[in-house]
Amino acid sequence: MLEINNLHVKLEDEDKVILRGVNLSIGAGEVHAIMGPNGSGKSTLSYVLSGRDGYAVTEGSAKLEGAELLEMEPEARAAAGLFLAFQYPVEIPGVGNMTFLRTAVNAQRKARGEVEISAGDFLKLVREKAKTLKIDAEMLKRPVNVGFSGGEKKRNEILQMAMLEPKMCILDETDSGLDVDAMKLVAEGVNALRGAGRSFLVITHYQRLLDHIKPDFVHIMAAGRIIKTGGPDLALEVENNGYAGLLGEGV
Amino acid sequence: MAVLQSKHNTLQVRIAGLRFEPQGWLGALRADALARLTAMGMPGRRDEYWRYTNPAGLIAVDVAAVSLFDPGDEPPPFDGIDRLKIVFVDGVFDAAQSDNFALEGVQVERLAVAEQADIHWATALYGVLESRGQTPVQRPLAALNSAFATDGVLVRVTGKPSKPISLIYQHNSKTSDVVLHHCIKVESGAEVTLLENGPAAARFSHVMEVDIADGGRLHHIRAQGRAHQRQAATHLFARIGNHAAFKSFTLTANGRLTRNEAVLELLGSDSVAHIAGAALGDGDFHHDDTVFITHAGARCESRQVFKKVLKNGATGVFQGKILVKQGAQKTDGYQISQALMLDGESQFLAKPELEIYADDVKCSHGSTSGAIDETALFYLRSRGVPRRAAQSLLVLAFLAEAITEIEDEAISEDIRQRLQSWLERHEH
Ligand SMILES: Nc1ncnc2c1ncn2[C@@H]1O[C@H](COP(=O)(O)OP(=O)(O)O)[C@@H](O)[C@H]1O
Ligand SMILES: [Mg+2]
Repeated sequence: MLEINNLHVKLEDEDKVILRGVNLSIGAGEVHAIMGPNGSGKSTLSYVLSGRDGYAVTEGSAKLEGAELLEMEPEARAAAGLFLAFQYPVEIPGVGNMTFLRTAVNAQRKARGEVEISAGDFLKLVREKAKTLKIDAEMLKRPVNVGFSGGEKKRNEILQMAMLEPKMCILDETDSGLDVDAMKLVAEGVNALRGAGRSFLVITHYQRLLDHIKPDFVHIMAAGRIIKTGGPDLALEVENNGYAGLLGEGV
Repeated sequence: MAVLQSKHNTLQVRIAGLRFEPQGWLGALRADALARLTAMGMPGRRDEYWRYTNPAGLIAVDVAAVSLFDPGDEPPPFDGIDRLKIVFVDGVFDAAQSDNFALEGVQVERLAVAEQADIHWATALYGVLESRGQTPVQRPLAALNSAFATDGVLVRVTGKPSKPISLIYQHNSKTSDVVLHHCIKVESGAEVTLLENGPAAARFSHVMEVDIADGGRLHHIRAQGRAHQRQAATHLFARIGNHAAFKSFTLTANGRLTRNEAVLELLGSDSVAHIAGAALGDGDFHHDDTVFITHAGARCESRQVFKKVLKNGATGVFQGKILVKQGAQKTDGYQISQALMLDGESQFLAKPELEIYADDVKCSHGSTSGAIDETALFYLRSRGVPRRAAQSLLVLAFLAEAITEIEDEAISEDIRQRLQSWLERHEH
């Protein structure tokens, strides 16, 4: 599904190198987790994959089902099936959440040459998905993320994911700042989307999310590289011993 | 002295070719206006009130020829809305395109017809609010309009007419110089919607005097024509009684020079005055909103919401003042003026002012100018919305606060469509 090869990234306007040769291969239907200390480059990886400005790729490639992502506009990556649940979801005053969702769903359908969803079908679908995420009608009417609590913003990200039905989902610290109940809701939302060959890359600091979203592989990222890869046990090891020991091994 | 002399010289030159024909009840009012005008002279660059806008094009003798505008397949504004149409082509009334003026709850007459009578209700209004509006700042272009207007409508609203009155200003002459003057009297408890649209002329002078009696309501929605080179100086004077409402929205897309002045007086208590504008300029565009709201009565609410979208060197100006007089307790005054710059070449000049002589009031004002929020743009694109559509969505979001001032759903949707089409045409 996603093949990242020797990815090197620096800031566009500065000489700061952030990613130093990331290699990652995610098969269809697999769930991978990335853990790692703050500042190791996890968010940068997710931004570069989704096409945010401000970063320069100096080497390497990232392919989604064989197509080079790094050459596409952000909207084309989304239409190709990539989705990023933002670590910090963005507030957009003046744009209603519903309008936003419908515009996004239809833009992707159009890009793929599919017919637009009817207003009625859309409404039905969004209500149904919102209900399982405990997002009330009021939240759907408000401007995108404006006045939402931290937990509401994260649930709104999962709602977008559910509506857009991407093939490759990246979740950047979707669990941070959530209490246990909110985290369970988010995890259930994610688990409901598992299957049908859909793949996940879950970036997290905490083992606890991985209790709910069981990963097939766990990677440890440090200083812009993946320094260790293992099974779910690796997350437990981090939980118990921290990164210190692993960081030593990686150097 | 030299400055003053030049103001008088430009005035003499400006009015030399205009026909001054006082007659009927209007004769004395025109003569008064001419006397006011002669005392003031024409506006000049050094006038504080014209600091951000050069009046040269508005006071020149000859009107710069403009190319006529082809709206393509965009339907005219308010096309789908049932309304009483009154059409002026380059300022000349067009009976064939206009509807019969008869409508229950309202009396409509043309100024050029009504002025021949000896007496008329509009004697108490024509030039009266314009004259009041000459202090504390002079508005000679409005006095010129009162003296020389060739036509307009006199509307007396006595009930709640079933449909809006719609003034349509078509433009077919490259050098037309048009002066129209309207008087609108909303009687006690009456309510009307007034629509205006079209470029009107190569150069358009427009005055509308509005008198709203106790419990009366006026909704005014205007779409100034899309002609790129047209120039316009418009003045809206309103006097608002008790428990009354005046709500005005203006869409301005294109136009080389537009000066929209509004002078609103809340004389009674418990009333509202809302004035809003959305302006879109690309390139040779100078748009000036100059607003003066006076709170004289208690417990009134006023809102000024002005949004401008500027690109390719377009200029936006906002001068807005709230004056709260002694005794206007519990005043709620809100003023916001914002510009969204779609590139680095455009400019926005704003001068918000508050002058308050009552102690128990709530007044706020703010003015900002900024670029598109890149983070929001990326967020939208990451969800699959193409860059242009995402940008349009953000621009419409920026304009939303002004558009929501329009109460009627169908009319506000019409305006929203127009904004959307403009954005689509001006994507880069
Ligand atoms: N746009 C940016 N401008 C400046 N520094 C950045 C930017 N993006 C990332 N960085 C820096 O790159 C490093 C990696 O950041 P990030 O990818 O956010 O790490 P993580 O998500 O693993 O905490 C940090 O040192 C961060 O300060
Ligand atoms: Mg991060």
